[in-house]
Amino acid sequence: MSVKLNTRQVGDVSVVDVAGRITLGEGSSALRDALRDMVGKNHKKILLNLGEVSYIDSSGIGELVSGFTSVTNSGGQLKLLGLTKRVKDLLQITKLYTVFDVHEEEASAIRSFA
Amino acid sequence: MAVLRMSNQSRHEAETVERFLDSTLESVDHAEEIAVGLAKRAGFGEDDLTKIGMAVRESMVNAVVHGNRYNANKKVRFSVSKNSESLTVRIADEGEGFDFENLPDPCAGENLFRSSGRGIFLIRSFMDEFQIRRLAPGGLEVVLVKRMVSK
Repeated sequence: MSVKLNTRQVGDVSVVDVAGRITLGEGSSALRDALRDMVGKNHKKILLNLGEVSYIDSSGIGELVSGFTSVTNSGGQLKLLGLTKRVKDLLQITKLYTVFDVHEEEASAIRSFA
Repeated sequence: MAVLRMSNQSRHEAETVERFLDSTLESVDHAEEIAVGLAKRAGFGEDDLTKIGMAVRESMVNAVVHGNRYNANKKVRFSVSKNSESLTVRIADEGEGFDFENLPDPCAGENLFRSSGRGIFLIRSFMDEFQIRRLAPGGLEVVLVKRMVSK
């Protein structure tokens, strides 16, 4: 399975449920397009739910970083929810874990945007 | 017990798989699948299988994308072999190469927000040995080794 993205609105927070593999090619470009689209539509509060992400490579990590930079530069916030052990380990190895605001529960993640 | 003996024998048997792959992203998936399959037969655990798979994926992406630049006339030579002690992967492209001796540290503060440049760092993190060398006719070869008892 490649990647599947579903966007839903919870109050003023846009939650993007990501499932599957974020790897070079279809996976990373789908994530890039989704985040660009949201920044273009002036979404300021974006929560990426990575709970169903089974695999992420360096290209996928690059897209997370690019997305974070682009949302932050447009005056918004991008936060992460529900990291699997694999994704968490990768962000720790690459020293990116502390760059992102990471949450384990959706309700508290939503509240943190207020 | 007969089954167990066969399983142990299969683990310790030396085995090599070699392929000449097209410069496509499908080849990246294919190489990862072959390497993880052989590593599984060698007896590596789930955590190591993930690390081996990712290291092979990152190396193949380097060969296909940065080395051969998706050129349909250029191939990637891929081989993976196992013995009772380790798994060795060799990946060679036909590209122009890059300055692998002066790669910036992706974890340094000034590079942390770069969208690329983490592939070789991850390969080094996941494997026990990593070598890279220029090939005489052109191209680069990387050699990745994962030992059964990791460092």
